[in-house]
Amino acid sequence: MAIEIRMPALSPTMEEGTLAKWLVAEGDEVRSGDVIAEIETDKATMEVEAVDDGRVGTLLVAAGAQNVKVNAPIAILLAEGEPAGTTPAPEPPNTPEAPTPEASNTPEAPIPAPVSPPAPAPAVEAIAAEADWTGATANVTVREALRDAMAEEMRRDENVFVMGEEVAEYQGAYKVTQGLLAEFGPKRVIDTPITEQGFAGLGVGAAFGELRPVIEFMTFNFAMQAIDQIINSAAKTLYMSGGQMGCPIVFRGPNGAASRVAAQHSQCYASWYAHCPGLKVVAPWSAADAKGLLKAAIRDPNPVIFLENEVMYGQSFDIPEDDEWVVPIGKAKIVREGSDVTIVAFSIMVGRALAAAETLAEQGISAEVIDLRTIRPLDSETIIASVRKTSRLVTCEEGFPFAGLGSEIAMQVMEQAFDWLDAPIARVTGKDVPMPYAANLEKLALPQLDDIVATVQATCDGFRGA
Amino acid sequence: MVQKATTPRKKNPGRPPKAIATGRNDMPATEDLTAMYHDMLLIRRFEEKAGQLYGMGQIGGFCHLYIGQEAVVVGLQSASKPGDTVVTSYRDHGHMLACGMDADGVMAELTGREGGYSRGKGGSMHMFSREKKFFGGHGIVGAQVPIGCGLAFSHKYKDEANVCMTYLGDGAVNQGQVYESFNMAALWDLPCLFVIENNQYGMGTAVTRAAAGPALAERGSAYGIPGKQVDGMDVLAVREAGLEALAHCREGKGPYILEMKTYRYRGHSMSDPAKYRTREEVDAMRKQHDPIDQLRELLIKQNVKEEALKAIDGEVKAVVTKATEFAQNSPEPDPSELFTDILLPVSAGTAASTEA
Repeated sequence: MAIEIRMPALSPTMEEGTLAKWLVAEGDEVRSGDVIAEIETDKATMEVEAVDDGRVGTLLVAAGAQNVKVNAPIAILLAEGEPAGTTPAPEPPNTPEAPTPEASNTPEAPIPAPVSPPAPAPAVEAIAAEADWTGATANVTVREALRDAMAEEMRRDENVFVMGEEVAEYQGAYKVTQGLLAEFGPKRVIDTPITEQGFAGLGVGAAFGELRPVIEFMTFNFAMQAIDQIINSAAKTLYMSGGQMGCPIVFRGPNGAASRVAAQHSQCYASWYAHCPGLKVVAPWSAADAKGLLKAAIRDPNPVIFLENEVMYGQSFDIPEDDEWVVPIGKAKIVREGSDVTIVAFSIMVGRALAAAETLAEQGISAEVIDLRTIRPLDSETIIASVRKTSRLVTCEEGFPFAGLGSEIAMQVMEQAFDWLDAPIARVTGKDVPMPYAANLEKLALPQLDDIVATVQATCDGFRGA
Repeated sequence: MVQKATTPRKKNPGRPPKAIATGRNDMPATEDLTAMYHDMLLIRRFEEKAGQLYGMGQIGGFCHLYIGQEAVVVGLQSASKPGDTVVTSYRDHGHMLACGMDADGVMAELTGREGGYSRGKGGSMHMFSREKKFFGGHGIVGAQVPIGCGLAFSHKYKDEANVCMTYLGDGAVNQGQVYESFNMAALWDLPCLFVIENNQYGMGTAVTRAAAGPALAERGSAYGIPGKQVDGMDVLAVREAGLEALAHCREGKGPYILEMKTYRYRGHSMSDPAKYRTREEVDAMRKQHDPIDQLRELLIKQNVKEEALKAIDGEVKAVVTKATEFAQNSPEPDPSELFTDILLPVSAGTAASTEA
């Protein structure tokens, strides 16, 4: 029976890659485990092995082909005696041996598909660049935007350095620091041992010593090891010193749910850090904001928690081509105007909120979508102004509901715009459970497009025209 | 009132009795010795006064006195060079005075007044002076150790020939982040002098009940960090060890550990039950090993006149009296101060500090 060899995923969040080269030709005999091809993404390279003994039938994808979707057939492996041209039996849906994000999740699943599901790389149309930018733009990924922000700031200020696990020689666990070691050398791009509390505290001391550390956590889950240094040392010392001891430091890394990594590696920390005075907390969605806000964070004289999202790293957006283009911390952005309801979101949830707004528009509901961009200081002014216009509010976040961002936003709106509300504020959040591993449970635990649509509908239904 | 322990401790705190040797080749000049005497006495008198003010309810919260340990910080400061930085934990009043911080400002911080180093917002455990290179004053046991490595990192990054003296207690040596710090400091040859002030007790737990293994000075041996045990009651021994260790760090050879065998006469904090050691043990240390008495004897042997020493006593007393009056009369911070110093304005630009 002929077997399809499929494009493998190098990571749970990889969606496509390049088939760099074939190491076999049509007609070659292979044994299970033989390396038959090399594939690459912007993050890594990997060898593809034959999954069984047999003869290479048809190579379905040419060497050098880019944007090959994960799980797409790339070759046919023929069993003994089968003639070339034999086609494989239909593939069972979602086999356990080949779980990939696309196979294990339906289209509206955590991989962001902000507009209609079949469209590739859809997030871009919704919002290109800062509205007042009229110059040239480039289409780059969030990953590249973050790297460019660091590189530009390191060129601008020699006291800026980057430190963390695998940031230098490995080029970043998620390839965000790719190329920095080559340009800036080991003095300024520093691989650390796996000691989060130690290097977070070292960064705080270096900031007290008037350097400008950018501390990368491989993910914010691991920053829990360092949270004492972040809160007690970085955030509080300015106050405890009567204003003497500024701590200009950026703690950055991926935050929020990744894909299929279970409870210890999949959590949103936005409300944790936002709780504490003395910190700024930033969580961008678009590449443009990722770059502009990271530059602002590095220049900021205060400790900044910079929450990225692993699933967003590979998404492309238009960003202004200007080394001095900086997005101010503390300003939300209306990414879609509307009149019936306000949807507030941040990070990856902005894409889902925009997709929901699209669906809702088809149903006659005009939703305004606000990308918070900064969690603390919260731009409540923009939220309040929008609520006074729409009279309805739905908040979206991946984090747990209890004492989450939605609770705080709801309270602020009640305090400042109670009389403008036509419906109770509703929130869409992650479920109040540790993140499960099983694909179906994980999907249930995370706020989906449909959840936003349903919540907005409920908020609007029965109140419309009242 | 110190209460007698019901069961006397079997173990001697473990320091051999030893008077300051007079036959040193590197004996500091008499004026340097009298300066050390002055600084140790200032710390002693300052701390005694702080204890009294605490008892009168004028100092709140926690208050950890340095009485008995004065030789450690004074000896090391006398071995340091301009630009060297200091960071320590919460038993920090002595370090601040030894760094040259003003007694008025330290005492006024203890009373929570506007004239305090942190304008009343930090208290006993949280004071800083960029000008005097004192970087706190940290309240979480062990947290100052990676911070000290960071200060050392910044010295190295900026090619400064300076060392960060990072103080920690015998209680902190069991914290994980201390070993994370040892590892990084050794990996990157950071100019960091780790000073373990082994005063024999982490709160009420004797070091022998908390710390496994041989001498604390050897805690860095797995990382290749040289370590040395020093009589921390002998200011000249401290100074000598400090000169050697600081030279090592300054020459780019990486970190160094000094274990200072010392003793605190007072409780861990003001609310210490004093049940974990005997009165006799404390009295024996005071009588036989007091760092100030030892140096005083040496000065007299060096023909410094009693009157000169009395003059220093008087001078110190005046400084402490003035600081006390300042701390009592400085106003409480204005209520508007509640919401200041939380974040620096972004217009502060690239400068890290707004030195007060």
